[in-house]
Amino acid sequence: MTVEARPSGGRRRAGRAGGRSRAGRAALNGAGLLVFLFAVFPVFWMVMTAFKTDEDINADVPLPVPVHWTLGHFRKVISGQGLEFGLFHFFLNSAIVALATVVVSALVGLLAAYAVARTRFRGRAAFLVMLIIVQMVPLEALLLPLMLNAQRLQLLNSLTGVIIVYIGSSLGFSILMLRGFVAAVPRQLEEAAALDGASPRTVFWRITFPLVAPGLVATGIFSFVTAWNEFVIAFAFLKDQQTYLLPLTLSYHFGRTQVEWGSIMAASTLFTIPVMIFFLIVQRRMVSGLVAGAVKG
Amino acid sequence: MTPTVQAPGRALPGPAAGRRPRPGPRRATGRARFRAGPYLLIAPTVVIIGVLILYPIGQLFWMSFHKIGSREARGAAPAENVGWDNFRTVLGDGFFWKVLVNTVVSAAAMVALTLVLGTLVGLLLNRLGRKMSLLVSSGALLAWATPGISAAIVYKWLFTPGGGLIPWFLELLPDGLAGSGWDDYNWFGSRGTTYVVLVLCVVWQSFPFIAVSVLAGLKSLPGELYEAARVDGAGPWRTFWQITFPLLRPVFLVLTVLSIIWDFKVFTQLYFLAGGTANRDSFNLAMYAYSAAVAFPAKYGLGGAIALILTVILLVFTGFYVRVLVRQGEVA
Repeated sequence: MTVEARPSGGRRRAGRAGGRSRAGRAALNGAGLLVFLFAVFPVFWMVMTAFKTDEDINADVPLPVPVHWTLGHFRKVISGQGLEFGLFHFFLNSAIVALATVVVSALVGLLAAYAVARTRFRGRAAFLVMLIIVQMVPLEALLLPLMLNAQRLQLLNSLTGVIIVYIGSSLGFSILMLRGFVAAVPRQLEEAAALDGASPRTVFWRITFPLVAPGLVATGIFSFVTAWNEFVIAFAFLKDQQTYLLPLTLSYHFGRTQVEWGSIMAASTLFTIPVMIFFLIVQRRMVSGLVAGAVKG
Repeated sequence: MTPTVQAPGRALPGPAAGRRPRPGPRRATGRARFRAGPYLLIAPTVVIIGVLILYPIGQLFWMSFHKIGSREARGAAPAENVGWDNFRTVLGDGFFWKVLVNTVVSAAAMVALTLVLGTLVGLLLNRLGRKMSLLVSSGALLAWATPGISAAIVYKWLFTPGGGLIPWFLELLPDGLAGSGWDDYNWFGSRGTTYVVLVLCVVWQSFPFIAVSVLAGLKSLPGELYEAARVDGAGPWRTFWQITFPLLRPVFLVLTVLSIIWDFKVFTQLYFLAGGTANRDSFNLAMYAYSAAVAFPAKYGLGGAIALILTVILLVFTGFYVRVLVRQGEVA
């Protein structure tokens, strides 16, 4: 997004620069700086607190940066203070759940996205409307029936149960987003390959799939992040520490009478880093994906 | 209006160019043109969504008309059909209306603030120079990418009495300006101030999406109109309301509906800021539905009614959203 934003912004500025005063430009930059600070400050504060000693955290005057830097909180969190397992165990649980969700919803989603983008069939509009509706129903509202069903099927307290629910909740979004990417693949390419005698399967795997792959990655990262961040279902389904996901370990530390801010900020930082990295990877596709996929329906 | 007319036109090349490399008769005989292909492709999705979303919604519906405790839920006793009793109980309880007010007022504040701030930042990004624009949008990305839980935890820390940054800062300001006693003021003790922090937290996380979407919309607008407006001597205020806003109306409409839907069901942030379900005063509908689902002793019928009310409210907004999309020719 940022890369695309620049050329037109630059051109416009060049065109108007003559008419605008230096004070006007300074005001714009000042406003930009304010927005930047507003956006970044909480994250900055979280990370800085994680590196402060308890003494610095409880200092009478809040310190912008630690006086005494420490990795102590990170060490405590990673070793799993107060929990049966270390952070790595929960990291792995979260990664398994998010990856399984991504793989299934991407595969199933690609099939449906292909059908929606490439063919006209009776009930297509109804199918699309169903996807949009499904995307809007909050999991909090469905928690009750989902829990009762999971209980009957012995899927409470298991990662499998959570994965199944996440697949259901991320599939609609995956299809809507993938649909845009499939539609962007020129039909002529497929037709040309077919004319050259390639079988439908070959056409799909050799022509369509490589071209959709970047969209598949972007969509997958989106479902990954959603599953990674989800809290309600995980909280209601998983009671055994062995099955905890990262958000649950955060809430575990948070639920105590005396919140250890250093530790919780360290845990929160570690929890946030993967999401930040993924967002950076897909940031350019974010707008086109969200606007073309989710918003365009 | 135009898109609606265009949509079928755009759809026409579909079947014609539909010589996809798929098996099946290429030239079907006009009448029964049923091809199994697409249906096979969407079948797994329909099954998954049917089982995991639509069936539970049906169950919710069924439950909300029955009296269900833990015995009935286990199947140990048949559930008694109580008609509209659950709804009567929920709607007749003053507490529900309090929760509804919490939900509506906070969502309205979030939507309004997010849209205004997001639009302003979008306009700003469009005017800023190369480096500054990159800086601001990277910062916004950071806020956007922060998981709801982390965001809630940080905001709680920023506002925590006796240690948090905001109370310290407010205490630092002259008493005449900010009042006094902020140092030990418990922001999460009453629902008003809890919601102030919640709104701030949600707006902080969601304005970047609006800003980026508005920026994308702005880039699609023809520059000549702005040239003309400038020649006519129109200020930024008039230019926005007479050119930008009308042209981007579809974008704003979609963003507004999406924001309403999202902000109506805020859960995670509220759960962490309010410190769990102990403080019923600060419930919104999502939190109410959640607490009813995990309550003890189980009153699942009642919980189902609450969850169904929340779902229906969101479906009304979703219906509006779908209508907008259909009118823009996006769903056809």
